[in-house]
Amino acid sequence: MFYREAGQFKSTYPADMAIFPLREDRIGIAVIILAAYSLAFLGNAFLLQAVMIPFLVFSLAAIGLNILTGYAGLLSLGTGAFMGVGAYACYKLMTAFPDVNVIVWIFVSGFFSAAIGALFGLPSLRIKGFYLAVATLAAQFFLQWCFIRIPWLVNYNVSGALDAPLRTLFGIPVLGATATPQTRYLVVLTIVILLTWVASNLVHGRIGRAWIAIRDMDLAAELMGIRPLQTKLLAFAVSSYYCGVAGALLVFLWYGGAEYDVFNINQSFFILFMVIIGGLGSLIGSFFGAALIFILPIVLGIVLPAMLSPFGLSVGADVIEHLRFMIVGALIIFFLIVEPHGLARLWQIGKQKLLVWPFPY
Amino acid sequence: MRAPDNPVAAKGDVLLAVDNVSLGFGGVKALSDVSFDIRRGEIRAIIGPNGAGKTSMLNCINGFYYPTEGRITFKGVKRPKMRPYEAARGGIARTFQNVALFKSMSTLDNIMAGRSLKMKSNFFWQLFRHGPAMKEEVEHRRVVEEIIDFLEIQHIRKIPVGRLPYGLQKRVELGRALAMEPDLLLLDEPMAGMNLEEKEDMSRFILEVNQQFGTTIALIEHDMGVVMDLSDRVVVLEYGRKIADGTPDVVKSDQRVIDAYLGVAH
Repeated sequence: MFYREAGQFKSTYPADMAIFPLREDRIGIAVIILAAYSLAFLGNAFLLQAVMIPFLVFSLAAIGLNILTGYAGLLSLGTGAFMGVGAYACYKLMTAFPDVNVIVWIFVSGFFSAAIGALFGLPSLRIKGFYLAVATLAAQFFLQWCFIRIPWLVNYNVSGALDAPLRTLFGIPVLGATATPQTRYLVVLTIVILLTWVASNLVHGRIGRAWIAIRDMDLAAELMGIRPLQTKLLAFAVSSYYCGVAGALLVFLWYGGAEYDVFNINQSFFILFMVIIGGLGSLIGSFFGAALIFILPIVLGIVLPAMLSPFGLSVGADVIEHLRFMIVGALIIFFLIVEPHGLARLWQIGKQKLLVWPFPY
Repeated sequence: MRAPDNPVAAKGDVLLAVDNVSLGFGGVKALSDVSFDIRRGEIRAIIGPNGAGKTSMLNCINGFYYPTEGRITFKGVKRPKMRPYEAARGGIARTFQNVALFKSMSTLDNIMAGRSLKMKSNFFWQLFRHGPAMKEEVEHRRVVEEIIDFLEIQHIRKIPVGRLPYGLQKRVELGRALAMEPDLLLLDEPMAGMNLEEKEDMSRFILEVNQQFGTTIALIEHDMGVVMDLSDRVVVLEYGRKIADGTPDVVKSDQRVIDAYLGVAH
């Protein structure tokens, strides 16, 4: 009723090729962005610091992996390491050139991770699928070894950890102990929105088509004149760029400081699960996946005790923790059975149904 | 779509020549000493029983395989060892025996992907989907729409091709090949598995492509009626060897061809 295609005529190709051709979708996106920004002023420190910032950071990393695995069809287990490259590059850059604004360095650090990603993407021309995943595992282990063994990366800091120095933007601290969750959230949100917009531009254009073509039918793609090596390496580079920026944000705007350990193989799996559950080959799915895997356990941790207490059941924190794992695990299996193409497909089906509602088709 | 420089008058000079080509995989000889040529503007059929080496021949022409012996001359130049995308750059397009579309993309995007070679806007503009990148998208969309009109597939424009029936998928695949504006179009069994009506449609499209745009076509087909009606010249392969070459009438009455298809009494 309020979500209809009828009556919206497109008289030009640009209007027809718009990323959100429906007026309702454009309004929806505007409302979501507005709500996200107002959350900075309405939400409390816990919500911003422990829920929203990490959610956005993981969404960005998931978009990165989704470009590689979802769009270009190249399975990677090196996400954690590529995030690490971004974080360490950002640390080196901002301590070596403290006068340049840190936001610039966050964006530049992605290029280092893009270069490393493209380098480890070279085997993708010859190997595919699970074998490629194992090859990227090499990146994961090698880069993590570098993070531990090369003290130069942390400026010979004895603790071996990355820490966020004080950095400001327009005189307001965005990094370091004095930066408020509110400013950090705003910075992360703006970067994520900007990069999501760029990703959406890329996947809807010539480059996105080349990625999907390589994924769906690589021989035919090559016959269209799409060069496999360049296309795959570009996917690795762009994907790693996103992971790198996400890694820098993770360390400096969420944790405030971290050791090499946050970029281990578990992190790679964590992001991969988000992409699979959210929906391979979907940008909005990356957000859904991050929400399901990251936010849901937090919500359960709050909701479960509240639900159990009226029945006189007071359970220990450890039981809640176990319940959390069980419920999230069960839900993951449930969603994968109901819709193997991820939450994004469910979302799309929902929208299709809404378009013709109240009729079935 | 662009008309070639000189459609009818050019018919006659050799566009692609295959000279003594042999192709072996270890001990198996897929092709032995095959020679024929494809002239500009003609429809050239390659026929033969199953396993005769027809598809291997196409694979040699568009660069999937490199002949173990012999040479292929395209547009008067001997072709070096090349990758398929280089053959595509040279102006060779192809459809596949088993439809090889990009299944999750819409009809529109599939045909747009066929324009990849013609799209030049750089990475920077792609990031913003504005300026030259958007202008180029629109320009090519216009060409793609012409192809869609030509093939009468307007109604399935935005449907992911994986969901389309087989006959329409074949048509979209032809559209994707046409989007490359090829000098030489290779069709591997364009009518396999189609019903009569679909075959008639596809034949009409092939003839129109050949006559309106002057595209040179080489096709593999098992339906002899179609082959004899459509093609200007036919080359017949059996067990990797050429057994006959000429106009449909000549080939039809060739004793070796009849033997190959019907078998010989021993």
